[in-house]
Amino acid sequence: MIQLLGLDPAYAYFASRLNTNMEPGTRNQEPPLSTGEVVHPEWSPLSIHDMTVAYHRQPVLWDIDYDAPPGKLIAIVGPNGAGKSTLIKAALNLIPTISGSVAVFGGEYRKQRGRVGYVPQRSSVDWDFPVNALEAVTMGLYRKIGWFRPVRKRHRQLAMKALVRVGMQDFAMRQISQLSGGQQQRVFLARALAQEADLYLMDEPFAGVDAATERAIVDVLRDLQQAGKTALVVHHDLQTVEEYFDEVILLNLRLVASGPVEEVFTTANLRATYGGKLALLDQVGHRMTMRGER
Amino acid sequence: MFLFLLFLLFFTFPATTFAAESNDIIRVLTLQDYNTRVVLLGTLLLGVTSGIVGTFMLLRRQALIGDVVSHSALPGVAIAFLIGEAVSPGSGRSLHWLLAGAAATGLLAVVCVGIIRRYSVVKPDAALATVLGVFFGFGAVLFKTVQELPTGNQAGLQQFILGSASTMIASDVAIIAKATVVVLVLSLLLFKELAILSFDEDFAAAQGWPTGMLDLGLTGLVVGITVIGLESVGILMVALLITPPTAARFWTDNFARMTLVAAAIGGASATVGCLLSAMVPKLAGGPTIVLSGTAFFILSMLFGTRRGIVHRWLRQAANRSRIGRDDLLRAMYEIIEARLVSSADETVNADGLNISPSLNGGEATVEESALFARQAVQISELLNHRSWSARRVRQVIAAAEREGTIRMDSETGWRLTSSGATTARRAVRNHRLWELYLISHAEIAPSHVDRDADDIEHVLGTEVIEQLEQLLASRVPPAAVPPSPHPL
Ligand SMILES: Nc1ncnc2c1ncn2[C@@H]1O[C@H](COP(=O)(O)OP(=O)(O)OP(=O)(O)O)[C@@H](O)[C@H]1O
Ligand SMILES: [Mg+2]
Repeated sequence: MIQLLGLDPAYAYFASRLNTNMEPGTRNQEPPLSTGEVVHPEWSPLSIHDMTVAYHRQPVLWDIDYDAPPGKLIAIVGPNGAGKSTLIKAALNLIPTISGSVAVFGGEYRKQRGRVGYVPQRSSVDWDFPVNALEAVTMGLYRKIGWFRPVRKRHRQLAMKALVRVGMQDFAMRQISQLSGGQQQRVFLARALAQEADLYLMDEPFAGVDAATERAIVDVLRDLQQAGKTALVVHHDLQTVEEYFDEVILLNLRLVASGPVEEVFTTANLRATYGGKLALLDQVGHRMTMRGER
Repeated sequence: MFLFLLFLLFFTFPATTFAAESNDIIRVLTLQDYNTRVVLLGTLLLGVTSGIVGTFMLLRRQALIGDVVSHSALPGVAIAFLIGEAVSPGSGRSLHWLLAGAAATGLLAVVCVGIIRRYSVVKPDAALATVLGVFFGFGAVLFKTVQELPTGNQAGLQQFILGSASTMIASDVAIIAKATVVVLVLSLLLFKELAILSFDEDFAAAQGWPTGMLDLGLTGLVVGITVIGLESVGILMVALLITPPTAARFWTDNFARMTLVAAAIGGASATVGCLLSAMVPKLAGGPTIVLSGTAFFILSMLFGTRRGIVHRWLRQAANRSRIGRDDLLRAMYEIIEARLVSSADETVNADGLNISPSLNGGEATVEESALFARQAVQISELLNHRSWSARRVRQVIAAAEREGTIRMDSETGWRLTSSGATTARRAVRNHRLWELYLISHAEIAPSHVDRDADDIEHVLGTEVIEQLEQLLASRVPPAAVPPSPHPL
């Protein structure tokens, strides 16, 4: 199979691990999915089927199969370079996939865009861009405003409401380059809130924020959940996964495990995800054991 | 503002124009020639348009694409000429034909960059540089060939390198005017689309904007403007695209305003450059326009109201002198206060937080400020009170006197005026409220708070002061000046 796809032999290892029950070369002969078969359940806000993603033909995500349960806060956890951002971008159709399919609320992403909110990694943009916080948040409404139409007062009012929800109303007129990292993060969050989505995909919203901002973001997440929304959040702090999230996706080039935190967030799974290299593992593992005894 | 800058430029340059007859200069400046009017209108529109397109290009971080386009247009001009001459001698000079050639190779270069970026691991800037080098080198070789052709038709082709605004004719201006209208309409319609594309491409794509198409459209505008400007400005056209928005950034933090300012600077540099090259026959059009753009850039960098060097410097200086003034008044207040307290019967309690009823006990009163204004403070006392140099004391005293907050009492002594006494009281009160807050809420040792408060008190706004008052309401009566929580 590796030779057939013209892939880097280094990935043979992963391929063999992943496809142990598959004869070499069978993938290409797989029958196309019959149309009657329900691959993407309608109840799932985000359903990923057999997705493989590659950069420059080198796969970085292998055979991801995942149906997100509705109304949950879901952490995406994995080491640097595990493909967490890639997973989110592929789900949003921002990068091409080489196989598999993604559905949002049972439909094509293209048709459900209005129901999806996105918080990119903060470092992905140039913060020297000449807009203030309010204008940046208004961008979350651009799709609703539509082609060629200007931003009006009521849009700015909606954006202001989103800023209030993240506690940033006092900084509305501040040039975005003059905001602190945590404040910039909140602006990104507010922009996604302004989208009024049902499913939120957030890439490291907690990166580099202080305790107060972390609290504020968690509160917003809880509000969203109360309102029946679903959020997938890339999260690096293993210590707080149990506290903040209901479900977890453990990712390292493949899906190691996914499901409710109590069931899936185990020492064995974490070891499989992080390759046992992380010092924190033992600590968190210890906490797991203690929880088992209680 | 820009008119002013424009005039400034006018008056700094005449020195270089001594060669020309003063009659000519007047004729040019008063736009008596039909030709001059045509050329000016053309370059003005060109400048405005490239200022607008350049803003989008710069913020989209595509500045170097403009560079690639303008350099890669060169072989297109030569090839178009050669083909035209081969088909029927003499037809190769048709402007439309040459510009079509320029656009073709310009676009081809952009496509090459795109392909290299997508299919190889070469760094993006390396891809740009490679394509630029190859196309421009090829263009230079072709131009050499064209030059050596036995026909005489190639005369004037050279102007596509350095540009020559003065040979512009009405039909050229008509093309530029059309392009201007297209650019203005598109940038008005697509303003927010281009904004979101430039700020956060991934977010825009996730929302469903066709980022690829928008990018292509923007590149199309860049190619179009570059090609249209090629005849009058030459391959330096890229500077007319990049310089105005870069300069505009010094004046504003707002995207829409930045676009307007860039359009103004673009128009002004094109006009000034064009006038100069019309007045001085030896000045080539393109470089002169680009140099006047550079002059605007330098002026903006110095005097821009947002990021300009002088502006920032003035603000810092104003800040420093305000801080110095506050510190001086506070020092005088504290020195006088110490005298009044030691002469009064009531002394401050050991815990330092009881308030002497005769002094500072409540609202500021006329009697109290008169009491303070009656006392003279010696310079030697000031030098003792704070670790100031004698020179610094002289400076702040001079500034405060100019401001009317202190007045001279004797050769070596100064008094607060009544307005000075009020300001001083407020400065002392703010300082001590902050110190008390640091001690009681932030748990900083009293011996340390003075220095910390010094840095902060100058930036405390009225809201913060109100919050401090609320927090400390149990310890400080309203409007009262609490005694210093540490020995002075
Ligand atoms: N644009 C790109 N081109 C080529 N390779 C890429 C690109 N983006 C990411 N990769 C590679 O894909 C892999 C997964 O990257 P990704 O950004 O998804 O990781 P991540 O889990 O988000 O990591 P982090 O925790 O550091 O954000 C990495 O090996 C990375 O080197
Ligand atoms: Mg990432």
